[in-house]
Amino acid sequence: MYPSRFAYEAPRTLDEAIDLLAQGRGEAKVLAGGQSLVPLLKLRFANPDLLVDINNLPGLDHLAIAADGGVRVGALVRHRDLERATALASAQPVMAAAAPLIADPIVRTRGTLVGSLCHADPQGDWAAAVLAAGGQVVAQGPHGRRSIPVGEFVVGPFQNVLEYDEVAVEATIPAARDRVAGGFLKLERRVGDFATAGTAVALELDGDRVTRAGIALTGVGSRTLDARAAADSLLGRALTAETIARAAELAAEAAQPNSDHRGSAAYKRHVIHTFVTRILTRVTTTTTEHAA
Amino acid sequence: MSTLFEEIPPAPADGVPVRRVTVTVNGRERTADVEPRLLLAHLLRQGFRLTGTHTGCDTTNCGACTVLVDGLPVKSCTMLAVQADGHEVTTVEGLGGPSELHPLQEGFKDEHGLQCGFCTPGMMLAAKALLAENPRPTEDEVRFALSGNLCRCTGYQNIVKAVLWAAEKMNGGDQ
Repeated sequence: MYPSRFAYEAPRTLDEAIDLLAQGRGEAKVLAGGQSLVPLLKLRFANPDLLVDINNLPGLDHLAIAADGGVRVGALVRHRDLERATALASAQPVMAAAAPLIADPIVRTRGTLVGSLCHADPQGDWAAAVLAAGGQVVAQGPHGRRSIPVGEFVVGPFQNVLEYDEVAVEATIPAARDRVAGGFLKLERRVGDFATAGTAVALELDGDRVTRAGIALTGVGSRTLDARAAADSLLGRALTAETIARAAELAAEAAQPNSDHRGSAAYKRHVIHTFVTRILTRVTTTTTEHAA
Repeated sequence: MSTLFEEIPPAPADGVPVRRVTVTVNGRERTADVEPRLLLAHLLRQGFRLTGTHTGCDTTNCGACTVLVDGLPVKSCTMLAVQADGHEVTTVEGLGGPSELHPLQEGFKDEHGLQCGFCTPGMMLAAKALLAENPRPTEDEVRFALSGNLCRCTGYQNIVKAVLWAAEKMNGGDQ
């Protein structure tokens, strides 16, 4: 399969990339890891006039992980880099758990977290993990930079809020005030398949009391879902069999699954219920201390 | 290292813009003028006549087209040839020749890791990247590392054995 014809530019500076996108007037597309875009080009679901390859831009491959849970992921950080970043396990366990479940090991060589957020696949994994952790996308355009919470960044299937002359330059997770805990579970029929259902949970705890909670769902709606009521039900409470059961019920209610070849809607809801229960139960036995 | 200009069939039509790329393939520097939409797999197979890199599913699933780019495994059907400009690519032809097989090739032969052979080049290159990072993998680690490579014969047991065989040999063990 060949993509249809496009012009190709590989600029050396971010300003140049933004200029090219501006000239493209919406018919130009950013190429980073290409692990979703190149298949779309080959299937001719995407037909851009111009590809702006950002792989040669300096200063986009930074991965900064602070002990307080703050994380900065540059637009050229690959899934593979996140999978091997040992500091992530204590800083942001939801991201550490998601990284080795993204696509397959070979796709992880090239694919990027920021690209995954921009692609906004309703069955994507990173958007759920970053949404649960309260992360943001930083975009740069001709008029400067802005930060967009991931919950507002993804607006529909394969739709984000970037202007056509903006480049997503990094994703950021804010520092935590309290102890960070969380997890990510995904059901897939085989490695590399899209998620049948996936659940991301990110918490902060003061002692045994939950002070911040994010629960996000993938594969069970037309976009990544923020199970806000489920997360809020945990606030100010300790994780007990009762509070966990309530959060799991609310998360399953928040899911909007369709019945398809991957399973019935009822089955997918059941999976979400099980995943929330499982992650929260594990948190009660293995929470992560971080330096205050 | 010699520099070679090679035309990529089918030649782009007149007036279609091409870009000159220089790629070091299996240690040899090679240059070609390519349309931006040409995939790395096609540059290797049709441009450089290195047909050991197989294209299987063509949809980023099967891993038959896996090559190493700067030492890391990549599905060459999911990377543009222009993106390989200035980089090093290793294909199965770069592993070893008939007179001197790479331990992975020997392992696949001895442990019957090939059935139809279609997935084999991709399997071997994914395994090569694994062994470079983790010279003594467990069976589980081999299975995890090869989880992006599909074998349509379902010959996974012997593929895993072949990789473990190669690891043992590369660590100086007797086979």
